[in-house]
Amino acid sequence: MPWDRNQMAERAAQELEDGMYVNLGIGIPTLVANYVGEKDITLQSENGMLGMGPFPIEGEEDPDLINAGKQTITELSRTAYFDSATSFGMIRGGKIAAAILGAMEVSEKGDLANWMIPGKLVKGMGGAMDLVAGVGRVIVVMDHTNKKGEPKVLKECTLPLTGKGVVDLIITNLGVLEVDHKGLHIIETAPGVTRDEIKAATEANIV
Amino acid sequence: MKKIYASATEALDGLLHDGMFIAAGGFGLCGIPELLLEAIRDAGVTDLTFASNNAGVDDFGIGILLQTKQVKKMLSSYVGENDLFMQQYLSGELEIEFNPQGTLAERMRAGGAGIPGFYTRTGVGTQVAEGKEHKEFRGETYIMEEGIFADISIVKAWKADETGNAIFRKTARNFNVPAATCGKVCIMEVEEIVPTGSLDPDLIHLPGIYVHRLIQGEHEKRIEQRTTRKKETA
Repeated sequence: MPWDRNQMAERAAQELEDGMYVNLGIGIPTLVANYVGEKDITLQSENGMLGMGPFPIEGEEDPDLINAGKQTITELSRTAYFDSATSFGMIRGGKIAAAILGAMEVSEKGDLANWMIPGKLVKGMGGAMDLVAGVGRVIVVMDHTNKKGEPKVLKECTLPLTGKGVVDLIITNLGVLEVDHKGLHIIETAPGVTRDEIKAATEANIV
Repeated sequence: MKKIYASATEALDGLLHDGMFIAAGGFGLCGIPELLLEAIRDAGVTDLTFASNNAGVDDFGIGILLQTKQVKKMLSSYVGENDLFMQQYLSGELEIEFNPQGTLAERMRAGGAGIPGFYTRTGVGTQVAEGKEHKEFRGETYIMEEGIFADISIVKAWKADETGNAIFRKTARNFNVPAATCGKVCIMEVEEIVPTGSLDPDLIHLPGIYVHRLIQGEHEKRIEQRTTRKKETA
């Protein structure tokens, strides 16, 4: 059985270590927060906050307190607020240990495309380019294939890039792939999924 | 030194002209200078260029200036919440220069700090790097980005004293600080103007030197994505 969204998030949470400052993207990456357990993880929201708490209880929403996805959230006892230039200073400056984000395409060299489909989706990159260029470790969480069943892990990305050679780890519904200077390695398979099944669903070369 | 004006319209008097370049604070709809944007709409100036992380939604924030077709160009990192923006962009009425969010923030900060250009790793190997100077530092490639020098800055803070010393509330600080610094004239709207001396000088987020004109007003503070959880039962 391939992993579902929550299981992928749970697997991604295993990559986080005690004491890390981490930025989570929108979608499945947001669910990772549910699986950090006892680990002491501080979440950064790039609109200007460290120590992001859960969604507010109904009636306690504050328009001055949102995350990077524009959702209402809450603060914690450890929370600190700052401006956008300071926020991206800590991102660009390598102070954030890891970013977990979604992707449209990833190449075997670790290139990432997740911000634009020319002529169709032109929304902008937000903070994604800064994050992948600046943080310690970039972990992509996504389905292994797109809605048409076509591979998303490719020899070369076809869409405009978010970053070149930036991805360290790819967690999909089928398994976990590591990117290093030699190429892509399967380091784990979802229960009941074989390495050959992963290879068949991947266009990129697997070492 | 009189900085306090009675209304947004009065605070903008003599500053607006067609084709001008405006830096605006805010992230999404959080901490946006909503009163000053309305006053700019009412003033009817056109061909505006905005440096602003987002473009608001169709009927709030910079979106109200798209409705009236007063905007020529946006420097933004994300405009996905605004359908009107997409229509005007695809029909060629509106130009967009996408800036990575951190690059946009740093371009404002740099402009405000008298730094005309800086190097960053963000965007290397992507469309963003096309046509920009590349330079190696310590074995890594960086691209040059330019500081933003705007005609005016429009920002929103929580409280300010009569000299413009300002404090922000929670994540509403966002782009307001860098945006405030990079315009020749900064106009700030706040929820409350308090007597000078009543804010703790150690807790000022933006010193009044950056703020030239100040107004107090009622803010709608619209929520873009209301997300909640169920109350936990013990």
